[in-house]
Amino acid sequence: MLIIGEKLSIIAKRVREAMMKKDKGPIQEIAVRQWKEGSGMIDANIGPAEDGGEDLMQWMVTTIQEVVPLPVCLDSTNFSAVEAGLKVHNNEWGRALMNSTSNDPERYPMIEIAAKYNARIIGLTVGKGGLPADAEERAGIAAEIMARAMEFGLPLEDLFLDPLVLQVSTSQDHANHVIKAVRMFQEMNDPPMKTVVGLSNISNGCPKALRPILNKHYFVLLKNAGLTSAIADAHEMAEAMQEKQVIDDVLSGKKIADEQKMKEILKTNDIIMNKTLYAHSYLEM
Amino acid sequence: MAFAAPKESYSGKVYEVSIGTDKTAVFGGENVLPFHSFEGSTPNRPLIAYEIQDVPPDDWVENVKKVYADVSKDPVTWAKYCQDTLKARAIALRLVGTHPDRENRSAEDAAKTVREVLDAISVPLIILGSNNAEKDASVLVAASGAAKGKNCIIGKAQEANYKTIAAAAMANNHKMAAMSELDINLSKQLNILITQMGFEKERLVTDPMCSALGYGLEYTYSVMERIRLAALTQNDATMQPPLLGDVGMYVWKLKETQASEADLPMWGALEQRGIAWETITAGALLVAGAELLIMRHPEAVRAVEKFIEELI
Repeated sequence: MLIIGEKLSIIAKRVREAMMKKDKGPIQEIAVRQWKEGSGMIDANIGPAEDGGEDLMQWMVTTIQEVVPLPVCLDSTNFSAVEAGLKVHNNEWGRALMNSTSNDPERYPMIEIAAKYNARIIGLTVGKGGLPADAEERAGIAAEIMARAMEFGLPLEDLFLDPLVLQVSTSQDHANHVIKAVRMFQEMNDPPMKTVVGLSNISNGCPKALRPILNKHYFVLLKNAGLTSAIADAHEMAEAMQEKQVIDDVLSGKKIADEQKMKEILKTNDIIMNKTLYAHSYLEM
Repeated sequence: MAFAAPKESYSGKVYEVSIGTDKTAVFGGENVLPFHSFEGSTPNRPLIAYEIQDVPPDDWVENVKKVYADVSKDPVTWAKYCQDTLKARAIALRLVGTHPDRENRSAEDAAKTVREVLDAISVPLIILGSNNAEKDASVLVAASGAAKGKNCIIGKAQEANYKTIAAAAMANNHKMAAMSELDINLSKQLNILITQMGFEKERLVTDPMCSALGYGLEYTYSVMERIRLAALTQNDATMQPPLLGDVGMYVWKLKETQASEADLPMWGALEQRGIAWETITAGALLVAGAELLIMRHPEAVRAVEKFIEELI
């Protein structure tokens, strides 16, 4: 399982300020921490970056790779910023991953750039027409993106399919659709297609104390479904790997000594599998 | 071989809620989807309450206002008219005059109105605030005290004021309507928070927020439907209180129930149009899962009663 460290995002105030001031300190500190905690790649999310995106992405890539021997996930909707990032990316520690293309024709140039620079790319299984309704629709869109990749000469091994994780607090039925989609994606090619998710979106909008519980549980279920990579908090995912055995045991019907933990696992599983209606206080019920 | 219709069975059941003391009214209690009596038990008809208010309905549209023209100057006469002439099974008194942007009546005045109306009628009373969360907290506490022991529904408790209102409803032995804003997860959360205070879930009525035909009815429909499914198929106790559709106030403020035939001849006769609008909105919510409706026009109430009669 490849963990793509998620913490370097323009959405975070501290990171945004560092990006604006081109202050390497905080960026490198966060990158190093994510690496030490087990990230195999670092996500550099600079947002739409309409002005000066090229410079910013190049600065991010070199700043990260100065201190961390890992490839970078170039996360922006700005094509030329991503392309600029690829030009300076050091492939010594692995090839870059672009985030992302989709089944929207406006996003196809990203695939061309990936092919041109021998980079890897995330294919978000959404089209122009809005969110996919279920796993089958996600698989249908995935097939379209795979066809585009082949047209542009991008090897399917370099395409990471992303089923689009939605918030469990507002789109509860999608949590299980995504798990199902991860299974379906793998069957669409031999060797199986690679998969990736933006994991922590599952708990977006939930109370702070619930977020790690939902993230970790969801991670275990996705891992069991064969997920190959996740943009996630490496620290949290390391904890999830430690808890995985317990979660698997409880879900297979075993009783554990820690009753509190057992209830937490069973209730969280019912929420993710859409067997109990989500409410912020679901653990207290 | 004879055809056997497939039947669903459900693990959950909607709570049966009884209101009033003299002539009581009971609703909820079914263990099947709305009108699926062939699959299980629907012990009670949905209940329709006639809406009246503490101040004359100057803001109501002419076609509804004229029905109550002789009685609506004071809430006591109005309530008696609904009970005695229209044969209302329940009455919903909306204390709209307490709203700070309206007459800004005091909590004490509201309590007095509640007492007078209760003294005049024998059917159950639903007591509603003006939907100003802050003012309702004081008005509904006073109203709740004034109606002590009369087994009313007090409402609506919302996220911002549920603690005060629930405490008053508990202290005075009332039922309570809890409203959230068209979001099934928030609706469940509010019911959880209220029950965590010690308020029994069997005494709750859930209002997922009404919307009228053409103005988001499908959202209310969908939320109600999913609440019912959670109650029945997932046996989710927090979603098993009966559902309230506060239909009249949403329907009778729309262009469709107000625009004259002279201005929009293709829309047909205004009076029939308005009645049809209230009827269809109410009927749709019954099919979605509402067990309690608050309505305004007697013709619409009659039509919905007929609709219930045919489906139940």
